[in-house]
Amino acid sequence: MKTQVPKAKQLIILSGKGGTGKTSISAAFAHLSATDQRPVQTVIVDADVDAANLGLVLKPELGPANDFWGSSLAVINPDLCINCLACSAVCRYDAIFPDPQIADVQWIDPIACDGCAACVYACPVNAISMVKQQEGNWFHSKTAFGPLFHAELFPGKENSGKLVTLIRQQARLFAEDTRANLIIIDGPPGIGCPVISACAGTDFGLIITEPSLAGLHDLKRVLGTLRHFHIPSVVCINKADIYPEGARAIREFAKAENIELLGEIPYDENLPKSMINGDPITVSFPDSPAALAVRELWQKVLRSLDVQEDLA
Amino acid sequence: MQIAVASGKGGTGKTTIATSLALSLAKLAKVRYFDCDVEAPNGHIFLKPVFDQISPAVILIPQIQPEKCTACGHCVEVCQFHALAKVGKTILVFPQLCHGCGSCTWNCPENAIIEVPNPIGTLERGMARENIAFLRGQLTISEPMATPIIRQLKKMEQPSEEFVDIFDAPPGASCSVVETLQGVDFALLVTEPTPFGLHDLKQMIGIVRDMNIPAGLVINRDGIGDDSLEELIQEEKLPILLRVPFNRLLAEKLAAGQSLVDVMPEYREVLVKLYQEIREIVGGSDK
Repeated sequence: MKTQVPKAKQLIILSGKGGTGKTSISAAFAHLSATDQRPVQTVIVDADVDAANLGLVLKPELGPANDFWGSSLAVINPDLCINCLACSAVCRYDAIFPDPQIADVQWIDPIACDGCAACVYACPVNAISMVKQQEGNWFHSKTAFGPLFHAELFPGKENSGKLVTLIRQQARLFAEDTRANLIIIDGPPGIGCPVISACAGTDFGLIITEPSLAGLHDLKRVLGTLRHFHIPSVVCINKADIYPEGARAIREFAKAENIELLGEIPYDENLPKSMINGDPITVSFPDSPAALAVRELWQKVLRSLDVQEDLA
Repeated sequence: MQIAVASGKGGTGKTTIATSLALSLAKLAKVRYFDCDVEAPNGHIFLKPVFDQISPAVILIPQIQPEKCTACGHCVEVCQFHALAKVGKTILVFPQLCHGCGSCTWNCPENAIIEVPNPIGTLERGMARENIAFLRGQLTISEPMATPIIRQLKKMEQPSEEFVDIFDAPPGASCSVVETLQGVDFALLVTEPTPFGLHDLKQMIGIVRDMNIPAGLVINRDGIGDDSLEELIQEEKLPILLRVPFNRLLAEKLAAGQSLVDVMPEYREVLVKLYQEIREIVGGSDK
């Protein structure tokens, strides 16, 4: 029993609604994991690859850029095209138009193309081929609080889910090699493909919500998603005092759904200020009300995750 | 006129601006509001629609007719999304990976594949406050693909000079945002003067430039941040169409489901002016 290396636990931080404070709290967790009385060896992942902001707070020493090759897109060779329109007849993405530069030739709009290759097979003269696209970069960087795995999806690209899966995999391998205890994953907003990639197979979900009707509406959807994947989850209300009635509604919802309300963070102007300083709030304003609440939340998360037991 | 409201970063106030713009224009024009944030739609909270129509959003997925299938595996080869697999003498379909492109169906040499609708969400239509036509797409929980729903939602109505269409975009800067922006006349980018807002705004500017869509800015929570946003705007030469100062009382009212123009009616006129500026920009660029 003892000989087996315990796998790092994976904590996913989600919200449904954007802008509730996922990244600010993830950054503070990264800081606390490294500097608390009983530090936890942590690997950090920024899984919001099309709006990656964790690096703005953790200020990594950037690792080398690794290419992320996503899907392929269809490209017409104008020299071969006979303008028969067989391609546009099969395209379900309205991506094929007369070439704006060359007469009597079709052209595929790379923004609209889904990369399905139906046109490639439909073309009678083999004028269309699939061209692999680099859709972003990913990085293994160093921060003052531990390794950070992050990525930049090029603007407007697809396959954010694939890129999330890739950096999570890299983080997991690194955690195994270095015998890290915990992987903190700062998730994307929403509930779709990148969220599913970010949360699948994690051990524990922390939902950061805000006391608004919109926050509650989206909390329900993200909770449904985590439950679908059988991930035990808890809730934290950020800016909890900005609309007391909204906070009450969330407390009641949590109670009715039998999910633990793990913490409440008060609205605190120091939080945006610390973001502008480019530091976690627990570094910039360690005694501010929000920092103290985040610290308490972190302790409770650790207890829920049982990470420190593994350390002992 | 079709206007998309987008931001990159989540929670900057897209829905606040989109719904308030709809309310401000409702007396002057026929307005249609499309909630394209199909993963986490919130427009209904502020516009309070009554839905009278609901239909499933479906993609067509392949169904193999076993009596015709010879398990040649050609469908598996043509599928770019690994939604089909050959296991022994059987072809398996993975609906959640399928993009509904139809390629396998057309390419099956035995005509052994038919397409069946696979529901991945819902499309709803109704009337909201002040006679605003309200259209909403919603992705079913645990389904991954948002973009087909956005595409279908936008197709529920034809673009028309008679209407002002407002598309409330999802956060982020990936394919679902591109789908929302596809074909619009103008992109209204809502940002906040913080490093996060700035970083994600840059991604959005990249997209609208790529797509050749004229754009303008709304700076929300003006005053909470630093000057780097102003520097970027100067560099990018984007018009600032509106600034909404941070106001804690407003934040509380928005949380309770009131719109910006409910709390501060003076913004109605401001938003009408913003729309006129958009018209001028769009008119100057192509009409």
